[in-house]
Amino acid sequence: MKGSKWEGYIRKDGRKGIRNLILVAYLVECAHHVSTEIAIPYKHDGVQVIGFGGCYPNKHADRVMKRLCTHPNVGAVLLVSLGCESFNKRSLANTIEESGRPVNTLVIQETGGTRKTVAEGRRWVEETRLILKETPKVEMGLSDLVVGAICGGSDATSGISGNPAVGMVFDKLSNENSIAIFEETGEMIGCEDHLVSRAQTLGLAEELRKSMQKAARYYTVMGHASFAPGNADGGLSTIEEKSLGAYSKSGSSKISGLLKPGDIPEKGGLYLLDVVPDGEPRFGFPNINDNAEISELISCGCHIILFITGRGSVVGSAISPVIKICANPKTYDRMSDDMDVNAGKVILGDADLQTIADEILAKIHEISMGNKSASEGLGHQEFVLQYKSFQPAGPSCLP
Amino acid sequence: MENSNNLIRLNPLDNVLVARREIAKGEQVVISGKELMISQHIDLGFKLAVVKISAGEKIFKYGIPIGSASKDILPGEIVHIHNLQSDYSQTYTIENQNEYEGK
Repeated sequence: MKGSKWEGYIRKDGRKGIRNLILVAYLVECAHHVSTEIAIPYKHDGVQVIGFGGCYPNKHADRVMKRLCTHPNVGAVLLVSLGCESFNKRSLANTIEESGRPVNTLVIQETGGTRKTVAEGRRWVEETRLILKETPKVEMGLSDLVVGAICGGSDATSGISGNPAVGMVFDKLSNENSIAIFEETGEMIGCEDHLVSRAQTLGLAEELRKSMQKAARYYTVMGHASFAPGNADGGLSTIEEKSLGAYSKSGSSKISGLLKPGDIPEKGGLYLLDVVPDGEPRFGFPNINDNAEISELISCGCHIILFITGRGSVVGSAISPVIKICANPKTYDRMSDDMDVNAGKVILGDADLQTIADEILAKIHEISMGNKSASEGLGHQEFVLQYKSFQPAGPSCLP
Repeated sequence: MENSNNLIRLNPLDNVLVARREIAKGEQVVISGKELMISQHIDLGFKLAVVKISAGEKIFKYGIPIGSASKDILPGEIVHIHNLQSDYSQTYTIENQNEYEGK
């Protein structure tokens, strides 16, 4: 594996991607169906739908949409507006244009309704596909990659097999100068002191401590931890127990920085993404489901998401391929079509963690080269973007 | 880490073991040289007490507390939401989530 390279796509803004996608982005739920109809004929062929459902303005949604529409895996964007929503489509279109990507905005009310907008949209997609065929290629290696990790549908095996194996992968990526991002401070409750002790600087340690206190407070106000009934059915009893398992996916490297959604690190290393909103709780749960977290990881530049599951999640994502690592051998037997790596072998004693970590690294390489992950091949392109509010990250948060 | 065919102790400090496969009620397992009689069916990934744990004592897994015993637990007994509670926030299941909604 060491030193292995592959060909990626170079964007005019200099960023390197492993996919060459066209996004169709709805700017309010009222434009969602039209966007889906535009993309359907090309769903398995590089055209995907993302969007923001709300009609009220939100800076966080605005920023995340800008980051996603200029993500290195994205080559061009079609914006679909109903016409009367508050989303600032001009500002988003300008950002995409400045990044050198082809962009077009269709306003359903002006174009003349569903049928005409779908026809107009498909015409633009057809033309743009030809342009994207000419996208220049560039050599890429591990040091160009941004990799995110999330666990979902966790059970008691996640923290023993899948998560620690991903922790070893994260250590390797940090050493190779890749950017590795883990998330969900609400699932690090009980691990505060250890987490803080891994900060690269004292200033960052203070910021990590504050973000953990914020998460604990936020979830206390919600009155419900980041814990689903299936976690208990799978043998997890408390949020602390779930946290310890989840935390092990961060590996053992020093933590280089603390990100908020949409912050893109410039230097290689290990980063924590803080997904818990700042200020008084306003819009409900920090993340309503796994895909809400995945979208935020991708807004920080993740090319690939490592997803560890014990109970058996099937989701993928728009924009960046999701590699599914199954921690539970029984789940793997039932759902192997949806899984990329069987970490359950560790539970049975048939493999050690290093073997699984090597398998995950080989998958990262294979999928960076253009092979499809299991969820990608099955057409999973889930996308969720919520209302949230954040203060900008403090100066000690980044190296 | 102490391993048997059936159980893992993830850290020497732990007072619970994790089942690495289903264990039937009545099976005998040997832990730290002592024979332990399994009193209930245990599914893969579930925890069982390796020593007597009194109500209020911390439960250790990975060498770190994962909550406190809400009642006395005997060696070989399953440790789960019926006798272990979080020191942070209540665990809701399908059965008791109305309590959360009712808040």
